Amino acid sequence: MDYKKIISKYNLDRTRLIELLKDIQAAEGYISEKAVAEVAKAFRISIAEVEGLISFYHFLSARPLGKYVVYLNNSITSEMAGRQEVALAFEEEAGCPFGKTSSDGLITLMETSCIGMNDQEPAALINEVIFTRLNKEKVKKLASWMKQGKPVQEMVEEFGDGANSHELVKAMVKNNIRKSGPVIFDDYLAGTAIHKTLETSPEAVIDEIKKANLLGRGGAGFPTGLKWELCRKEKGPEHYVICNADEGEPGTFKDRVILTERPEMVFEGMVISGYAVGARQGILYLRHEYSYLKKYLENILKKMREQGLLGKNIAGRGFDFEVEIKMGAGAYICGEESALIESAEGKRGEPRDRPPFPVQKGYLNMPSTVNNVETLATATRIMANGSNWFRAMGTSVSAGTKVLSVSGDCDRPGIYEVEFGLTIDELLKMAGARETFAIQVGGPSGQCIGEPGFSRKICFSDLATGGSVIIFNSSRDLFSVVANFLDFFIEESCGWCLPCRAGNVLLKKKFEKIIKGTGTRQDLKEIEAWGKIIKTTSRCGLGQTSANPVLTTLTNFRKLYESKIVKEAEFISEFDLITAVAEACILTGRNFQEENEHV
Amino acid sequence: MSDKIKFTVDGQEGLAEPGQTIYEAAKANGIYIPVLCHFEGLKPVGSCRICSVKSNGRWMASCTQPVTQGMIIENMTPEVEEYRKALIEMLFVEGNHFCPACEKSGNCELQALAYRYQIMVPRFPYLFPKREIEAFPKFLLEHNRCVQCQRCVRGVQTEDGQKIFALHERSNNLRINVDRQLATEMSNEQVQQAMDICPVGAILKKEAGFRIPIGKRKFDYRPIGSEIEEKE
Amino acid sequence: MTKPVIATASLAGCFGCHMSFLDIDEKILNLIELVEFDKSPIDDIKSFTRPVDIGLIEGGCCNAENVEVLGYFRKNCRILISVGECAIMGGLPAMRNTIPLKECLEEAYIKSLTVAPEDAFIPNDEELPLLLDRVYPCHEIVKIDYFLPGCPPSADLIWEALSALIQGRPIKLDYQLIKYD
Repeated sequence: MDYKKIISKYNLDRTRLIELLKDIQAAEGYISEKAVAEVAKAFRISIAEVEGLISFYHFLSARPLGKYVVYLNNSITSEMAGRQEVALAFEEEAGCPFGKTSSDGLITLMETSCIGMNDQEPAALINEVIFTRLNKEKVKKLASWMKQGKPVQEMVEEFGDGANSHELVKAMVKNNIRKSGPVIFDDYLAGTAIHKTLETSPEAVIDEIKKANLLGRGGAGFPTGLKWELCRKEKGPEHYVICNADEGEPGTFKDRVILTERPEMVFEGMVISGYAVGARQGILYLRHEYSYLKKYLENILKKMREQGLLGKNIAGRGFDFEVEIKMGAGAYICGEESALIESAEGKRGEPRDRPPFPVQKGYLNMPSTVNNVETLATATRIMANGSNWFRAMGTSVSAGTKVLSVSGDCDRPGIYEVEFGLTIDELLKMAGARETFAIQVGGPSGQCIGEPGFSRKICFSDLATGGSVIIFNSSRDLFSVVANFLDFFIEESCGWCLPCRAGNVLLKKKFEKIIKGTGTRQDLKEIEAWGKIIKTTSRCGLGQTSANPVLTTLTNFRKLYESKIVKEAEFISEFDLITAVAEACILTGRNFQEENEHV
Repeated sequence: MSDKIKFTVDGQEGLAEPGQTIYEAAKANGIYIPVLCHFEGLKPVGSCRICSVKSNGRWMASCTQPVTQGMIIENMTPEVEEYRKALIEMLFVEGNHFCPACEKSGNCELQALAYRYQIMVPRFPYLFPKREIEAFPKFLLEHNRCVQCQRCVRGVQTEDGQKIFALHERSNNLRINVDRQLATEMSNEQVQQAMDICPVGAILKKEAGFRIPIGKRKFDYRPIGSEIEEKE
Repeated sequence: MTKPVIATASLAGCFGCHMSFLDIDEKILNLIELVEFDKSPIDDIKSFTRPVDIGLIEGGCCNAENVEVLGYFRKNCRILISVGECAIMGGLPAMRNTIPLKECLEEAYIKSLTVAPEDAFIPNDEELPLLLDRVYPCHEIVKIDYFLPGCPPSADLIWEALSALIQGRPIKLDYQLIKYD
């Protein structure tokens, strides 16, 4: 393998190191020790640092992988849709368990966190191609094709609706837009917003966005206009605009659909934001799982350049702005803005300490804004239709609409663009949910609500959400849901800070004790206290919300927990003597139980 | 004088230079805030969170957070101290800390913090993780004792800034990875520096353990932090 | 008033904690004035003769017998104290906890250089207590009321803890009293 040739393509640009490593992996199937050494030498960084980078990302591998790598989603919606059967079928076909490669080196089986297909589970990536609604029969067919050596893309038999069947996408993914709304999914004439924007001053753009009271759609709800203003005020040779398309919160898939159906609006939003903050360069940070959209999106950018909506002298008004797509490599934490910036710089996606905030020192330490896909698309619509039009929708605090990704137990899972202020009850009706026992709003890091909370409203002053809504009916075991979420956070913690790294493992252990039925009142108290320790002392939003699956169910489903514990017991040990001596019995050929009968 | 920052810690007033972190400002005013991952002269990373303080209802790591005008900081309040104690306990169960057999015992900052907080037993169950001991020509890396503080990552690099120690993997699998080639080229002084910079007994210069007799070790009689508290 | 009754046991430990206990020197005479001893290696009483107020446990649980003795102590003692690192966290015996039992036993009884080939087998006599999969801290098996760290805990710590308990006053922990080595 001529690594030098691949390396030379990247001009020793550190910010493109992840891309380079992906390139090597695409060519060789993995990143060999020799490749690591070559890369380290060329970039004058240590081998340990390159190894550290590779090991951080789920989709980079320093060990050989099969020709076909199956990444089966392990999120709760996948479990609910029959993931276990699919997993067993894959294991049977490949003849190896998950985490391993088949003996002939053909198929590697891997688990992966949510891939943004919750309304069409069980879903998997095979290499970079998405397969949805898997079942035993489909797995058998896929496996037989793999054994014949068929290219993965050719295994996709049917394409999804809308742009999913575009010749540059050709994915079986479905949009499932159940309710279209006026802000995002209404028709949009490309260029409208850019033209209007460039007719006014950057200050006026910021003012308009502020007047619209646009709050960040990623979940945190930071005022977009203020963010842009803060960034504009910072001095620096360059400013950057970053679009966060790394939606990784389990149950979220709305950015995928927006990028599929309204990519122009997103990119126009970046141009508008660039104009407002004084940036010439934008970066769309796209999660690896959505690699199948990359060519399509690049083509949109190309078209925009041709239409004079991107590049030099946009709309003939002397404003230059470019957008580059940077790919993630598999890490939920990169949805956190400062971690995203680190990753975009070609490093491990570890969050930064704040201050300085990204608007002060962001990408390459330059003032940067990081905005969610939906936020930018919304900004485009605001510039096209005006802030008054926008503020007429939603509530006084939460103006406009929100795109929700609804999955789980309902007849119509998919995308809903609704006005803020919608109640959970209304949403459940819309989605065709029956006998709903619980609803997870905002994904695992959000809140789990029971029936008494169904009159609550989706908005920033009540139930804030980045868009993930998962419905559970009364046949579901809430404890397995919580366990799945806790595992997710354990897996996706970057490990930097102690409470998140170790605390979540300990919390899960304690939680398991309660599920097993060996919990006491004291254990319930401790699980709550430990959750608070993690929440309070963690360094970034991941750790600060990772205990939420336990904490919010403990608040909203207290009785369920109470019914699991042994109330009168002061102390219950998890120790089991028979299990503990089992191995010694095998090694010595003795039978503990028999020996103890005649004592 | 006018550009100095006024702040209080547990009611005690202090003056700070602009740009100082809460930890630095407190220290300069004779107030100890316990730290573990922080090391004088290295860029703080806020990984152990033991230096957490509360200000205006918000929690923050004092090693990374700049002090601001009029800041009112809660440091030794029962609530803050309880969280710190929990974090120290968490470190004891996360790794395998067999103090009686450790070369660093008595000079270990993790152990010293536990002494200061009078920890009799961690509230968490011991995890007994499976970890390795790696040998390099001049030192050992005892992963069982590593607390992932990143002091070695930050403080021990080659002249041209290459990382000899680097973070590897993520989540609870996070560990320190050593660049074998660069480790071989380390000077004796650099190895000694690595051992000194490590707060626990994870980096051990060969043939340098157990040199100081019991009774003469750093934390045998004086609690960690007393050097700051006794200054004023 | 009757004197408080004390019992002690050494599980997977080295008896170092018991030695340290005896290290309270002439204070042991005071102690005898204050308390009575029941089941303990110190007085060689093999089984409990009465309800005990304070049980002191040295060592963690590495085998089935340890577990049985510990349970026996819990049943018979009003207050149970883990004394020393081994009781608290398994101590040095727990260094085997990250190694599979099979590997430990094979290393000791089969692969060891001093084992004659004809003697290479894992001991399996019924008289031997069966080993547990790992060494357990005592409080993972029964409820433990107090913990006295150290390897061993200093005589002064043991003395202070016991006298505080007997006198029903809060324990006073000077900095030097708490050590893990």
